[in-house]
Amino acid sequence: MKATVQFTINGQSNSVEVPPMKRLLDVLREDLQLTGTKEGCGEGECGACAVLMNGELVNSCLVPALQAQGATLCTIEGVSTEGHLHPVQQCFLECGGAQCGICTPGMILATQHLLNKYPNPTPEQIQEGLAGNLCRCTGYMRIFEAVQTAAEALHAL
Amino acid sequence: SPLRKEGRAKVLGHAQYVDDLSLPGMWHGATVRSAIARGRIRSIRLSAKIDWSEFAVVRAADIPGENTIVHLTKDHPCLAAAEVNHPEEPILLLAHPDKTALLAGLAGVQVEYDELPGVFTIEESEAAVANNDAERFVWEGTGHNGTANCFRQYQMYSGEAKATEDGLADAFERADFIVEGEYHTGAQEQLYIEPNGVIAECEKDAAGHVVSVCVRGSMQCPYYLVHALTLVFNLPEERCRVIQTETGGAFGGKEDFPSVIGSHAALLAMKCGHPVKMVYDRAEDMAATTKRHPSRTRHRTAVSKDGELLGGEIEIALDGGAYSTLSPVVLSRATIHAPGPYKWPFLRVRSKAMATNLPPHGAFRGFGAPQSLFAMERHMDRIAHVLGLTPEEVRRRNFLATGDCTATGQPLTEPVDMQHLLTWALEESGYYEKLARFAEENRSSPIKRGVGFATFMHGAGFTGSGERRLNSHVEMDLLDDGRPRVLVSSTEFGQGTNTILCQVAAQTLRVPYESVAIAQPDTSLVPNSGPTVASRTAMIIGKLVERASTQMLETLRAHAGLPADHTCEQFTEAALRYLQEHGALRNSVHYEPVKPVHWDDELYRGDAYPAYAWAVYVAEVAVDMNTYTATVTRFDALQEIGKVMHPVLAKGQVEGGVAQGIGYALYEKCVWKDGRMMNNQMTNYIMPTSADLPEIHVHFEEVPSVHGPGGAKGIGELPMDGPAPAILNAIQNATGVSFDSIPLLPEDIFERFTAFTEPHGGSEDLNPEIDRDTRVEAPEVTA
Repeated sequence: MKATVQFTINGQSNSVEVPPMKRLLDVLREDLQLTGTKEGCGEGECGACAVLMNGELVNSCLVPALQAQGATLCTIEGVSTEGHLHPVQQCFLECGGAQCGICTPGMILATQHLLNKYPNPTPEQIQEGLAGNLCRCTGYMRIFEAVQTAAEALHAL
Repeated sequence: SPLRKEGRAKVLGHAQYVDDLSLPGMWHGATVRSAIARGRIRSIRLSAKIDWSEFAVVRAADIPGENTIVHLTKDHPCLAAAEVNHPEEPILLLAHPDKTALLAGLAGVQVEYDELPGVFTIEESEAAVANNDAERFVWEGTGHNGTANCFRQYQMYSGEAKATEDGLADAFERADFIVEGEYHTGAQEQLYIEPNGVIAECEKDAAGHVVSVCVRGSMQCPYYLVHALTLVFNLPEERCRVIQTETGGAFGGKEDFPSVIGSHAALLAMKCGHPVKMVYDRAEDMAATTKRHPSRTRHRTAVSKDGELLGGEIEIALDGGAYSTLSPVVLSRATIHAPGPYKWPFLRVRSKAMATNLPPHGAFRGFGAPQSLFAMERHMDRIAHVLGLTPEEVRRRNFLATGDCTATGQPLTEPVDMQHLLTWALEESGYYEKLARFAEENRSSPIKRGVGFATFMHGAGFTGSGERRLNSHVEMDLLDDGRPRVLVSSTEFGQGTNTILCQVAAQTLRVPYESVAIAQPDTSLVPNSGPTVASRTAMIIGKLVERASTQMLETLRAHAGLPADHTCEQFTEAALRYLQEHGALRNSVHYEPVKPVHWDDELYRGDAYPAYAWAVYVAEVAVDMNTYTATVTRFDALQEIGKVMHPVLAKGQVEGGVAQGIGYALYEKCVWKDGRMMNNQMTNYIMPTSADLPEIHVHFEEVPSVHGPGGAKGIGELPMDGPAPAILNAIQNATGVSFDSIPLLPEDIFERFTAFTEPHGGSEDLNPEIDRDTRVEAPEVTA
């Protein structure tokens, strides 16, 4: 049994015919070939599959496709514009916020979400805001620096 | 610092990891695994309710070559044939075009066993040997491969054996104090965020014989997998192609294990005639793949009353799991690092890796050193406590210095200044001020704060004659547009391999970093530069890239008119001229030791490593006596790693290692039941989040070494060694209680305090302060 699910993704309206309980993660990766969203644990612990849904940060491995009906979604593929890095991406690149890179898409979306909420985040707000996104490589310090630098860069725009 | 070579693709989400790839007609694979720890396989039945014609099924009997995953010996089967020796051992493989059909397939395979008794700890394994309980011999030792239940043992003396034994006897005779301690460390999961995964293809001839196999996937050591495939398929090396895809973290967990999953996927591809993808889900990855070896280390040390180490006996036991895999070499590194950065007039280290019915333990950043250095550095604080000296005094009394010999008899010819590093680290971290302030504040606060440190070293590169045996091979060539390209099998998995090797080439060739390319590790294209392990890439492979680059310049000078003191434009002109006249350019170099290496594998004496990194790590902790939670509140990591090649990457390596070390000490516990990991989920195996970590301050002392390019030494594993002992030393400083086992969870702290404040158990009115000063480290002190 399949359902038609319509949503706006990375600025474009889209519709897919999928089983209604199919994980949004699999819809993104398999039906839309948006493989920038990663699977790390499949149980909502690691945040590698994080995307923005109606501006909220969600773990797409825990979202059934049907729940995305009518939603506005943003994945890592929607963060840059025409090959130009978003300031958050640029700061992750320059500050060493990405090492193996597997957590990076989710981490960048978590950062987007954080900076929308707190344009001038305190260190504690950064620590708490990214606590749902696990990184095994960096020890988070370079990521904190990237977020802090990105906040400043966004103000300068 | 130049930008990470593949960083742009990573921040854009464009980097292609194995699960992002799909080949035409690709099937999906899954593994039927042992439900028990040990037993004979009585029968394997496929349910009649399933249409098996849709599936490819691979059994041990289908393996065209040898049924083995080769590491150092051939004891590890590719698929269990007659017996299983650990939970989750692979028995049968399935593939199907539809991933979702695999679950039904897995449920449709019934394996019946005649169960055999297992051993699940070092102690149970030892007891079987002591009782000559052959029923519980889970490993039959032969010759060089150890004895019953013991994969390998080493005996390492600080000098000639007899003289050292005599010296030890005398040292213990005249010692003012003999200090004993026993230290335990638990298993640790690498927890790379990308699980193990591969895609395999197999080409057959008209008669159905396998002609070649190709495996691409997440891995550290492409040529290890080539070697494994040659045996499983009975094919020559050139018919086994391996390609590393972008790898989402490894930490040793993708050193030996890809040989297993890679062989499995290739067997399925052989059977079904389609490419086969196998990507483990998190639960399978955690339950079935390798972890850090659990350990037990015993110290017995003769010391003078002013803190001089007179003699020592160290006994190390590792839990190797069910097959020997890499345990002998992990044990080797544990053994050589056991003495710490200290002078030992007389020392004996005995070590052994025991067999148990756990899944085989394997490589994890540090590779045995974190275990034995945890013991050494906790023991130094115990010695200080017994002697009434400070941890600083005891260490300063015994530090190795330039010109001294290590416990293996290796003279330290390059400058070593642990005294200076310790002074700097203690100042930088505000150690003295905190020591005084916390002692004062702790009197009235339920939060007990403390500071502690560890001083240690880590050898870079393969042990002893290992680098010479590897004989790593590096090449450089020119792309059509005249840009130079690095060809190595050394892999990028976050540490920065791509970036630093291109940096070395750029600096040597005097061209912009951006113009240097590095090939994707594909064994049909790149030479074997050895495995990406052992803190060897920057130092050993970097040096080879430097030499290959120099050779390229010489070639271009001799044959393409490249002037001395060239500009980058002149380089490109010369490169294009060379290509036009000669078609192609490949420069090729093999490993050559910078200095002669003397190492005796039998006696375990000599130059253990080309170079060492030296470090002092200082931890500040807070222990909440209401919740018994210990938290690291600040961390200072100071190290001397030769010349720092890339400050951003280097800091990232240290911070990441410290975070893993904090997890190792305080959070990450593998819960075992009859050899099976019970908490094989991220939900209940707890690694540090961004909210759990303190500020990590990283400091570098730069003393250029002759062994690496531009003076660099290895750095990858070092930061894993120091955090755990530094943290437990700080907890002792905070609470007055010595904890000698990690991971140290709140329940462990709770148990310890409630156990000795209320011997009869259970109490509502716990006041650990009362007993803090009266507790005596009784049995380990003899005057």
